[in-house]
Amino acid sequence: MNEEFLNTLGSIIGTATPLVIASLGETITERAGVVNLSLDGSLALAAVLGFAAAWTAQEAGVLDVPMQIALGIAVAMLVGALIATLIGFSSIKLRRDQVAVGFVLTLLAADLARFLGADFTRIPGPQITRFALPVLADLPILGPIFFQQNVLVYFSYILMFLIWFWLFRTKGGLSLRAIGERPEAAYARGAKVQRLRYWYTFLGGALVGLAGVAYSLNVKPGWSSPPAMQGDGWIALAIVIFGGWHPFRVVLGAWLFAALRAVSSNIQTNGLFIFGQEINFPFVLLNTLPWLLMILTLLIVSGGFTERLLQYMPRAVQHRMRAFLRSDPPKALGTRFEME
Amino acid sequence: MKDTKSLATQIAFLLIPVAISLAVAAILVTAVGRDPLEVVDAIWKGAFKDSRKLGGVVNFWIPLTLVSIGLVVTFRAGLWNIGVEGQMMMGALFASWGAQALLWDANMSPLLNLALIALSALGGMFWAFIVGALKIRLGVNEIFGGVALNALVNVISIYMISGPWQPRIGGSAQGTEPFPVPALLPEFSKSFPVNIFMIFLVFAAFVVVMIMLNATRWGLNLKAVGVNMRSALLLGVATERTSMSAFLVCGALAGIAGSYRVLFTFDNLRPLASGGIGFLGLLVVLLLSIRLLWVPLITFAFAAILTGSTRLQIAPSLKLDSSLAGVLQGMLVLFVILFQGVREVFFPKALSGDDEAIEDSVPSASSVVGQKR
Amino acid sequence: MASAMQIELRNIHKRFGPVQANQDISVTFPEGKIVGILGENGAGKSTLMKILSGFQPADQGEILIDGEVINYTGPTAAIANGIGMLQQDPLDVGAFTVLENFIYGGAEGITLGRAQAEATLDDLSARFGFELDPHQLIDNLLIAQRQQLEIVRLLALGVQTLILDEPTTGISAEQKIILFDALRKLARDEGMIILLVSHKLEDVIELCDEVMVLRAGVLVGDMEMPIADHNLTGTVIAETKQHLVTMMFGEELEAQSRDHYSLGKPVLEVDQLLVQDLRLDMQPISMSVRASEVIGLAGLDGSGQELFMRACARLGRVAGGDLRLNGEDVVGASYRQLFRRGCVFGAAGRLEEGLIAGLTLTEHTALVADDHLRIDWKSMAKRTASRIDQYRVKGRAADNVEQLSGGNQQRVLMGLLPDEPQLLILEQPTRGLDVDSARWIWTQLLQRCQSGTAIIFNSSDLEELVTYSDRVFVFYAGRVYPVPDVSQTSIDELGHLIGGEFQQA
Repeated sequence: MNEEFLNTLGSIIGTATPLVIASLGETITERAGVVNLSLDGSLALAAVLGFAAAWTAQEAGVLDVPMQIALGIAVAMLVGALIATLIGFSSIKLRRDQVAVGFVLTLLAADLARFLGADFTRIPGPQITRFALPVLADLPILGPIFFQQNVLVYFSYILMFLIWFWLFRTKGGLSLRAIGERPEAAYARGAKVQRLRYWYTFLGGALVGLAGVAYSLNVKPGWSSPPAMQGDGWIALAIVIFGGWHPFRVVLGAWLFAALRAVSSNIQTNGLFIFGQEINFPFVLLNTLPWLLMILTLLIVSGGFTERLLQYMPRAVQHRMRAFLRSDPPKALGTRFEME
Repeated sequence: MKDTKSLATQIAFLLIPVAISLAVAAILVTAVGRDPLEVVDAIWKGAFKDSRKLGGVVNFWIPLTLVSIGLVVTFRAGLWNIGVEGQMMMGALFASWGAQALLWDANMSPLLNLALIALSALGGMFWAFIVGALKIRLGVNEIFGGVALNALVNVISIYMISGPWQPRIGGSAQGTEPFPVPALLPEFSKSFPVNIFMIFLVFAAFVVVMIMLNATRWGLNLKAVGVNMRSALLLGVATERTSMSAFLVCGALAGIAGSYRVLFTFDNLRPLASGGIGFLGLLVVLLLSIRLLWVPLITFAFAAILTGSTRLQIAPSLKLDSSLAGVLQGMLVLFVILFQGVREVFFPKALSGDDEAIEDSVPSASSVVGQKR
Repeated sequence: MASAMQIELRNIHKRFGPVQANQDISVTFPEGKIVGILGENGAGKSTLMKILSGFQPADQGEILIDGEVINYTGPTAAIANGIGMLQQDPLDVGAFTVLENFIYGGAEGITLGRAQAEATLDDLSARFGFELDPHQLIDNLLIAQRQQLEIVRLLALGVQTLILDEPTTGISAEQKIILFDALRKLARDEGMIILLVSHKLEDVIELCDEVMVLRAGVLVGDMEMPIADHNLTGTVIAETKQHLVTMMFGEELEAQSRDHYSLGKPVLEVDQLLVQDLRLDMQPISMSVRASEVIGLAGLDGSGQELFMRACARLGRVAGGDLRLNGEDVVGASYRQLFRRGCVFGAAGRLEEGLIAGLTLTEHTALVADDHLRIDWKSMAKRTASRIDQYRVKGRAADNVEQLSGGNQQRVLMGLLPDEPQLLILEQPTRGLDVDSARWIWTQLLQRCQSGTAIIFNSSDLEELVTYSDRVFVFYAGRVYPVPDVSQTSIDELGHLIGGEFQQA
């Protein structure tokens, strides 16, 4: 296969990684019944503060580069986790609405990121470098696509399998699914519903933080205004729905979005050629594509539209198509649970 | 005795979050090495130093109050109209089209200016209609539909500015050429540069919506649909029509707000001309738990902070990013919401019965990610 | 199995706000007995059992197991002490498979241990004749199967006392036989204590060794049951029944009956109506409902009757066929259009579908009042006050509707109906109501019938169906079977019919 093409695929996987990690984090949180709507702001704030921490360590010359990066990652994960936990706390303890608090935090965190990031705009800092995995990188086709990446990308693969295994193959996973589907049943079986919800919200938020710092330490190093990830938080939230709260489908969704974006930015820089003929077209309009795709994916998975389409299909196919296309949220998503 | 006590706790629960947000903001400012008092001074002067500055505040207040009134309507119907920002932008686009398509001259009837404002209202309604149709007919949650449509209209406006509406000389993505003066809304005076008609329009919208919400079937229908769509349907409410009407009213007001930005504030179309005012409106309405009465007051305070904070970047000793305003406003709303919870959970007795009856709740989260079946 | 146990409750008190749910209840449950906890809705029997099974703490009082005072909080602690409860709506997770549900909450460990769990599940199911497919989703099961799963799950956890809350509601006669056989086996062979919470006398008489009766939170009596074999004479049964009824209600209840009115012209004509559903393969349905007629729909939950009713009200999707309201084709109409022509749908969950929490009674009145743009709040308040009087609602016009009790909410809903509706389609109109409230509701409904209203309703209470319907249709797995003559049909026969045994009838 064309080497350039494989490299393009590889770079799509690379640039998709923050989206993958953020969506997986949100999947965990929502599986536990909590909506962390703050993603778009959380990503930005985690990116800034993680970068600031790594950069400060670099300037002070106190740590070696991997440790500077580790510090940046740790700070970012903490930031993401704390924001998510605040949403959890306001819902579980203070009985506030998750969406309202999440939305306020979206705006607040984004503004905070801009305010604190003003001093870091367009300065270089430590960067996560790629390293090819021995043996695997040399695989034909798969190697250049998947295994000549950086450590965060490899982590995202492991994360995907880990979450799948935890959800569907362990007792802890049963508990996680149950507190998001029917907390009363979880409680009746001895699950500490509130404590688990806090924990998974924290964990999911930490992954969102990691995704944020993946932008500023890797995908688009440093900090700029408007930030590189603007809008990605919302796309990640939509991907979770499109992915039906299933880790594999979620990751596929993230890759799909990244691929579309790669295609559209490629056309914008290089022009569009069909059969050697240059096609002229206001390419700036291609920036609408990810958002049109977002609406389309939500259309497909959310009832009305799909049902109308399915009516025209034979009954035998309907069942399978529906199971394939539909995605039902955890039944207790966004609700509070109080047992006497 | 009991009344004064409950009043005291009420005031306390209003003041504590304000104090906390101010304190946190002060800490932030100190952390980046600036003097918080100087910041307060700069914001104050930036907002109220003279009548020109006050005019600047009013120029934020007009569109902010318009969208906030609209958002009270959508929230009342249980809808999260995050798309309000894009609806403003679409209003601005429609107004820009009108301002450029007609050959304006000074002798034209002011009715044409009115028509231009009506056109922008149509623009906002058009964009709101799409969010509404996606939500009501096709089950796409309005938050995601709104976010996507906000992004779409931004791309479209950048395309228009860098393409069809590009200035003849020095075309860039900065903005279109200034619109012909007769198409613009006139200033009251050089020392108080605001448009009086729009102020009047804001108050008219406030009064009309207030009456509509409290004394008409439509207002009651909105409330019923907002709290429980299925019950409302069984009680004979035309739920789909009611939801759509909420979107359209909000879209119209947002569209007018957008026209004010391009026909008065900027005199041309720029990218992101809506300037986050729609999102700020969402914060205002959340802060007030969807109570319309206090909207003009709070929007004025927010507009003052926003206008004043533009001075932060200019003031030589500060050079702070103006996003501090957003940080302060965001924290204010966050802490007010959290402290409502603290009061409800830890001091349930401080809640008087009347208070509960007035307060509306924000549409619940369960409806947000869930889908229409 | 482990050794049997004895349970004693001493001086249990429990209060919910103004309601005294349990007052000074002391009782002993000996091993190997099946005890019926009898009482009408709201008598406090479920509360008492939730206290025993750890779901709610008592305000006062002690629980003794084998003579020792035991303190526990939470249902898992109760299970650890050998006491498990099957809730009326089984506490399982709909998105799980049967096997996952069986595993969840069981032995410690990280991985699921599917193979072993499946073997245990199969063993237990086989022992009681339960048919549980381990890989089926809970959402696709009938109530009876979910009950069976909960029972084997609790047994696998080593429960020695099994509490069942109204287990015979919503299951067929055949499923009831399987359930009761299993319970007898557990009591006789393994010395388990079985506590059957019920408001149905027939169940208690058929199954229980002893019975205790609650009324308004107070234990008003208990009695040994006549030896429960099949040779009981009719007179013994009748005497026992009479005795229990007197204890339950403090008076003798006159038997329920109704007058039948002369039927008018057809109001609703259903012709080959095809309802589409994901799970059910619905057959086309035809029926004609005439003015003043009461049509009862029987069937297990999810047999298609709910879908049919919603389709008739144009709240659910219709794939084909005809629907005529007063001769007018309404298959393409919306519910709102039907509503304006006098067809009203009443849903089972009153606060979820019907009333609007957060709105006052007056606002409800205004909502269904004539379509004027401006609302005259004063006259609405007046109208609400008069309805409150007329329907004997305990509440004020300015109260929010969620502050009222269930029975009063149902009365409010009645008051919101148009004065002379053409057709009422009612989902379980008396679900969860006490006997007085239920009877009052039917008095109101029948009054409207007399003046020409047609009613379609469904119920899981077979007695209600037999008592009030002119005609009954049985739904089973999407098929419909008209019962030839309701007045000649016994409750037991109907119980077999809803289980799909159409041939017997």
